[in-house]
Amino acid sequence: MSGKYKNVAYYPGCALEGTGHAYNRSTKELGKALGLEITELENWNCCGAMEVKNIDPKLQTYLSARNLSIAEKMGFDTVMAPCNGCYHNLKKAEYDLANDASSREVTDRLSQKAGHKTYESGKVETIHALDWIKQAIGEDGLKARVKNSLKGLKVANYYGCMYTRPRHIFPEKDKGPGSESTSKPHFMDDLLAAAGAENVEYPLKTACCGGAHTLSDSDTSTKLVLNLLTTAEACGADVIATECPTCHTGLEMHQVRAEKVLGRKTSVKILYFTQLLGMALGLSARKVGVHENLSASSAFMRARGLG
Amino acid sequence: MAGEHRVRLDDIATRLDAIIASPDAALVAAASEIADELLALGDAILEVWLSAHDTTPTTSSVEGFRLLALQRQGARGDASFNACRETCRELVYHRNLVCLEPAHPDTARRLRLDAMVARHLALFIGGKLEVAGLGEFCCASRPLRSQEANTQLAEIV
Repeated sequence: MSGKYKNVAYYPGCALEGTGHAYNRSTKELGKALGLEITELENWNCCGAMEVKNIDPKLQTYLSARNLSIAEKMGFDTVMAPCNGCYHNLKKAEYDLANDASSREVTDRLSQKAGHKTYESGKVETIHALDWIKQAIGEDGLKARVKNSLKGLKVANYYGCMYTRPRHIFPEKDKGPGSESTSKPHFMDDLLAAAGAENVEYPLKTACCGGAHTLSDSDTSTKLVLNLLTTAEACGADVIATECPTCHTGLEMHQVRAEKVLGRKTSVKILYFTQLLGMALGLSARKVGVHENLSASSAFMRARGLG
Repeated sequence: MAGEHRVRLDDIATRLDAIIASPDAALVAAASEIADELLALGDAILEVWLSAHDTTPTTSSVEGFRLLALQRQGARGDASFNACRETCRELVYHRNLVCLEPAHPDTARRLRLDAMVARHLALFIGGKLEVAGLGEFCCASRPLRSQEANTQLAEIV
């Protein structure tokens, strides 16, 4: 545990102000409960998400770089992004600026036009909320603070795709003991185990959920999600823990759609890892926004003495 | 998607569903054979993708498994295909678990999970045959629509 992420810049991104509101809320409450300080980026903008990147990746690089430059201007060397899409895009911008001269040229031109300093790669480190808790508090630190152990709760950890792919934009991963793995990520497993949860061996933790095609090809997304849900249940999981608002919303939405369209009901609950950790630290279910989830988990958690 | 490929994937899915629904005793009685069959079904799923793209599926292997060679072949020039890399590795892992210890008390469950992983691969390939961009913007971090734009936005901003 390095302790170096105790005070970081916070980039919530758009999803955390909309469908992922419960993730925003639980991330902030968790940080507060752990004594970690986060400062939201001032006047942040879209990371370029899928809409901009799909048309012009260099414009996406600029948009993400502007957020990194704001973090630098605010005096931070680390920005934490809980959304996999934002995290991925900031990492991709960092990679492109370090390795692609034309991306640097476009970013410089647009930054000058927008009237702010051009972001230079290497000035700000982008981390995920999982890195934040894992490095700033660590498993031992968490264990020491647990008030309501997650003991008896069987959890399948679902990381989705953008946390580990493509591998080349995550140079800090796959560095051996202590680092995250792109083929078999484990940071969420480690943190929830420290809070007492029993992680099940889940073979689809980074498998495709069809998230990007949820509107254009809903049936494919529903079938992929249904398989993620039924496999989690076959593994014995009560809960699927998520760390991305897009994954989370996709799982919840298609759980409902699978029942309506395919007549396949699944009962596994879907909760953000920040909600689970928050409740383990003694925060109420309401405080970490469990009531905002589509997947009705409040009664389930209460029955286990949580929230 | 061409009908013949859909039919092949549907046949595979039917067989996978049958394995998942099999009673424990039937799975345990033929554990190693079913584990090998599941691996072969994984090969067949990737063959569907490669054949649909006029590519001759490789007969070579990576780390001793043709499935991993087929996945690598599919990912050549198509980074989004890496969205199924770990799924393929899980198939190999589960096959090895069962074949190394077919009498393990968890064998029936392991085989069902193996079949569910194979089903995910079939669903992913089926989805990708419908919409080739599946996995493109996320796993490959590549744009989907840049070819349709007459001018790159960054040039006109």
